[in-house]
Amino acid sequence: MTDAHGHAGAHAHAEPQGFIWKYVFSVDHKVIGIQYLVTSLVFLLIGFSMMLLMRWQLAIPTPPDDFDPEKLSLIRSFLNWLFPESMPYGFMDPVFYNQLGAMHGTIMVFLGIVPLGVAAFGNYVMPLQIGAPDMAFPRLNMASYWTFLVGGIVLLASFLAPGGAPQSGWTSYAPLSVVAPAGQTYWLIGMVIIITSSLFGAINFIVTMLNMRAKGLTMGRLPVFCWAQLVTAVLLLLAFPVLEAGAILQLLDRVAGTSFYIPKDLIYGSTVFPRAGGGNPILWQHLFWFLAHPEVYVLLLPPMGIIAEIIATNTRKPLFGYRELVGSMLLIGVLSFIVWAHHMFLSGMRTSLASLFVTTTLTISVPAVAILTCLLMSLRGASIRFNTPMLFALAFLPMFAIGGLTGLPLGFAPTDLHLHDTYYVIGHFHYVVAPGSLIALLGGTYYWYPKMFGRRMSEKLGKIHFWMTVIPMNFVFFPMLIQGMYGMQRRLAVPVEQSHNLPVQGWSLIIGIAAATLFVGQIPFIINFFWSLRSGEAAGENPWNATTLEWACPSPPPHGNFATEPEVFRGPYEYSVPGHKTDYWPQDEAA
Amino acid sequence: MHDAASGVVPYHAHQFDDAEQQYQTSTLGMWLFLGQEVLFFGAVFATYFYYFFLYPDAFEAASNHLSLTLGAFNTVVLIGSSLTMVFAVHAAQHGTKRAQMAWLVATMILGIVFLCVKAYEYTHKFHEGLVPGELFTYHGPDAPQHQLFLCLYFAMTGLHALHMIIGIGILAALVLLANRDWFNAGYYSPVEMTGLYWHFVDLVWIFLFPLLYLIGRH
Repeated sequence: MTDAHGHAGAHAHAEPQGFIWKYVFSVDHKVIGIQYLVTSLVFLLIGFSMMLLMRWQLAIPTPPDDFDPEKLSLIRSFLNWLFPESMPYGFMDPVFYNQLGAMHGTIMVFLGIVPLGVAAFGNYVMPLQIGAPDMAFPRLNMASYWTFLVGGIVLLASFLAPGGAPQSGWTSYAPLSVVAPAGQTYWLIGMVIIITSSLFGAINFIVTMLNMRAKGLTMGRLPVFCWAQLVTAVLLLLAFPVLEAGAILQLLDRVAGTSFYIPKDLIYGSTVFPRAGGGNPILWQHLFWFLAHPEVYVLLLPPMGIIAEIIATNTRKPLFGYRELVGSMLLIGVLSFIVWAHHMFLSGMRTSLASLFVTTTLTISVPAVAILTCLLMSLRGASIRFNTPMLFALAFLPMFAIGGLTGLPLGFAPTDLHLHDTYYVIGHFHYVVAPGSLIALLGGTYYWYPKMFGRRMSEKLGKIHFWMTVIPMNFVFFPMLIQGMYGMQRRLAVPVEQSHNLPVQGWSLIIGIAAATLFVGQIPFIINFFWSLRSGEAAGENPWNATTLEWACPSPPPHGNFATEPEVFRGPYEYSVPGHKTDYWPQDEAA
Repeated sequence: MHDAASGVVPYHAHQFDDAEQQYQTSTLGMWLFLGQEVLFFGAVFATYFYYFFLYPDAFEAASNHLSLTLGAFNTVVLIGSSLTMVFAVHAAQHGTKRAQMAWLVATMILGIVFLCVKAYEYTHKFHEGLVPGELFTYHGPDAPQHQLFLCLYFAMTGLHALHMIIGIGILAALVLLANRDWFNAGYYSPVEMTGLYWHFVDLVWIFLFPLLYLIGRH
């Protein structure tokens, strides 16, 4: 701790002793990071379970010819028992399908991937990588977690609202969302709370990285993971308040009689909506996507940072193009604010404006490809260690490439007209977020677990988990691209009602089976996570022989992290330096 | 800023090396917070401008529903409160406790005066049937657009007033802390950061006043 310098006036901050203050209401960034890790993994599991129900419905959307309600299969009788109202005989009510769809998207994005990538790993690893004793504002950090949890609970509580959970998709497009049942109000309040939590976090992250770095750790020596967190925090800081304001306006439309997003003479059902109107629903889309496109890079940049760390450590050579990597991340950060309307080519937009957004969208793919190229080139000529984190990192590269490249036809207005709102879009962004981000985050869990808990995870279970995740994932998402090109639209509980979907309906059964396999494939991970807490191989300070500062303190690090404040002498990835006694040269090792 | 020679012992929390680093960090944090506030109000202002450019005539006409006198009075009150806030920060920097508390209380009073006038204006709108929703009774030309203007009026001034209420709460906390000798010439950043926040909230009003009260009177 820094106050060990005996500085006058420094208030000594002893480690809290009681269980509540040490593990529940802790201000220690490491405890908060683990709280976020566990919470977001639980939310991911909840969101995944919802999707399993939906994929079950899509696999067999209508009763087969020989269907007999008296002789239900085991799964159907279970679903019938679990949801007698919403899933009679195991066939899903379309309203319930819409609720699960909206909540799946919201949970996965705002309560799963972002908290896992930003808040969990950012909180735990970033202060260690910059050699700081804690975040700049520890109490704000704690407030961020508890606000997040309250927001998540409010969102989940919407299932108990009259009329059920929100049904207007995770995008909550007006005016449908304004006239939707009460669950939408829960969504808006929950989102405002979650946004507040992420703003607390974003301020804390930026300030910590700019002001709390160890001596000698210049910005040019900052690990790529920290750079990714910095750009991400700026995106969160500048994009989220816009959705917060937009959500408050939608909330006022729902509860206070305003008409920001309600057009004049809106006809809902068969009656004219009794509100003066004069507003424009497209305004909501602009405010939403002004957040939600930078949000895509919030989902993406921290995982890219994780991949860079894992690749550098396990190739035992410096990253290819550190400057280009960091520069591309900064460029993505800037460009991500001027591409949002490519989500809205079909919402009504003049051609000249559309071509502007086509141009910016195609431009942003250049730095994204540059990052991927740097990571790929880092493998060249390396003697790769194929441990579990590295397997996840290697799988990330091609699968993220599929995700990125399938995005180009969507950013290009003429092709988007055909593909808009089809399963192609679903396949595209899931390739970015699931086989991309999520795979990287799982790799990050294996990579930093020894630091967090002092023990390694089992390699054997890890490799089983890896193969049972990567193979089914591709069978889940690749067929969606095909279905989408045939014109199968998203958000339909019974796609076979439209005859043009019939030729590709068969894929839905395959997707359903693959999704169930993927679910089973996560069991080794859950077992591994808990089993290794007690029985994993003891890790020691630096189990991967890595160079960055988080490996220069004990595993797990004590309160205050470093016995003495570390000093940094070199860049983050000095591997296999000729003439050095080991094949890694830690940042804090004096020459 | 933190002059060790002055003999005051600056407080700093355990995660910082010294009081100077703590001061720099809290200042940066506050500016980042204000940066997100700009984007937050920016979205609301963007909404305003979007509809203003769609319905310029109706908005100018609807602006006459508001009382210029009360709006102008409140503008003066708020600018005055920014001045007293500056004096409060100055007094805190020089460690004069009584003056600091007096200026903080003066700022609070001006803030409360502003809110009282605002409450009076809101009540008046209720009586005139100018509150959006079921209570809206204006049936002149462009009634939906007039209603939209008043939606914006209530949302914008309401969010501003919410910031004022939070600010007054923080000022009250500062008065209590100052009374317990929390601040001295070496440690006054909470007062200064509150000052930044207060000035920002005033600045929002400086934009709101012409956009809401003045556009119809050129």
